[in-house]
Amino acid sequence: MREKILAFIEKNSRIELKQLAIVLGVDEAAIMNELEAMEEEHIICGYHTLINWEKTGIEKVTAMIEVRVTPQRGMGFDKVAERIYNYSEVESVYLISGGFDFMVILEGKTLREVSQFVSEKLSPLDSILSTKTNFILKKYKDHGTIMSEQAKDERMKITP
Amino acid sequence: MRNPLSKRIVEIEPSGIRKFFDIVNEMKDAISLGVGEPDFDTPWHIRDEGIYSLEKGKTFYTSNAGLKELKEEISNYMKRKFRLTYDFEHEILVTVGGSEAIDIAMRAMLDPGDEVLIPQPSFVCYPPCATLANGVPVCIELKAKNEFCLTAKELKAAITPKTKLLVLPFPNNPTGSILEKRDLEEIADVIIEHDLFVLSDEIYAELTYGEKPHVSIASISGMRERTIVINGFSKAYAMTGWRLGYACGPKEIIEQMLKIHQFAIMCAPTTSQYAAVEALKNGDDDIEKMRAEYDGRRKYLLHRLKEMGITCFEAYGAFYLFPYIGEFGMTSEEFAQKLLESEKVAVVPGTAFGVGGEGFVRISYAYSLEDLKKALERIEHFVVQLRK
Repeated sequence: MREKILAFIEKNSRIELKQLAIVLGVDEAAIMNELEAMEEEHIICGYHTLINWEKTGIEKVTAMIEVRVTPQRGMGFDKVAERIYNYSEVESVYLISGGFDFMVILEGKTLREVSQFVSEKLSPLDSILSTKTNFILKKYKDHGTIMSEQAKDERMKITP
Repeated sequence: MRNPLSKRIVEIEPSGIRKFFDIVNEMKDAISLGVGEPDFDTPWHIRDEGIYSLEKGKTFYTSNAGLKELKEEISNYMKRKFRLTYDFEHEILVTVGGSEAIDIAMRAMLDPGDEVLIPQPSFVCYPPCATLANGVPVCIELKAKNEFCLTAKELKAAITPKTKLLVLPFPNNPTGSILEKRDLEEIADVIIEHDLFVLSDEIYAELTYGEKPHVSIASISGMRERTIVINGFSKAYAMTGWRLGYACGPKEIIEQMLKIHQFAIMCAPTTSQYAAVEALKNGDDDIEKMRAEYDGRRKYLLHRLKEMGITCFEAYGAFYLFPYIGEFGMTSEEFAQKLLESEKVAVVPGTAFGVGGEGFVRISYAYSLEDLKKALERIEHFVVQLRK
């Protein structure tokens, strides 16, 4: 049942409990319990809103920063990551296989703000070898959702 | 000037509710629950194969019966899903939608005066296709008390010395009804006893929501040689606009169908055939996803109807429910018309699907949960007003 609940709320966390219960064919209380349990176990880590900031007129810049590090003695990748992800400006941090170590996603109001963070906060960290900052020019799809206008129902209204 | 028209074609009645359909299709702000096709887009990997085939310049006719690759995949699919074995070279024919397969199967099998048994309510094309094939359509009225399943008794009662073919439209549009193995076995006994044939329209075979998967009558012992199985890509893979279906059956029948197909059609659209190969090879997961989605909506719709006190049997197939609206003292058509006028919600009157549909309307759940929710609120408002 967990998998089914998660599959649903991953796409629509605002679905009414009652409706979800009907759709999954279980009772509301059971779903409530599962949700609470999964929140407790940190399987469900939050309920966010997917916003297309571009359309709001509010300025936002997102950068994906490739970071190479030397893990120091007594301090694995996790420790370095922690030093990075504790900054509130940092949106996500991933440990990556391949040509670099971390992918850091950063959000700021302006280009300047982002580059300032990189040069003043990120780069000077002890274990960081190099960074490469990629600014996002356009978001096409995020969290499985295509950001452009939703497609209209092109079907004939009524057919046998 | 002489009459340019054939008497037979003029005598075929145009669909009685075409006017209603026209009104709905013109009405911009109507919420419709009247559509008979999936709301999903064709999965991208399937579309992509179609595009790729165009890029590679695969824009020629295929052989009449269809691409060899596609027929092989259909043969694999029939075996994998329904335990049916068909020789891809002689027993499978790729057609322009299931519709063409229905048409040419009847033309290949009927002589003038042969009677075709058509259980109704069912899809609208069977009677006119039978007539166009010189056959005589004989409708069997399915009963709400049997949840619109065809019983062996009803079948037996309709058989005359002229009966040749039974159309078996299950999972059913518009009722959502399905036939289970034991129903099929009883029907098969009657078919064999009276030396009849079956045209089994299984276009909704992938969309069943019970515990057991769909069973084809062709898999019942003694029935393979008497059955043409019709299926296609429209419903299972959300590919209605690609116009691609197929017929599987004994070589001697398929051979004759191929003759009609080759003269009237040449071959099914090439692009669609390439896309369909991909669908059969890698599309099982897509079907599963869509099926799970439909099932959730089905449960929701059933629940809401029950909340409103509307009688509706639990249907396990296709993407339709067929609630009873007789309690409101209106015909199906009046109900649909009034619902459209006062709440701007479109459903299809049961009478659009032949005898046995009076007192019922078809509600399609090929819509998102949000759309269903909105439409059902309006329907609820409507029935509350009616009951006042």
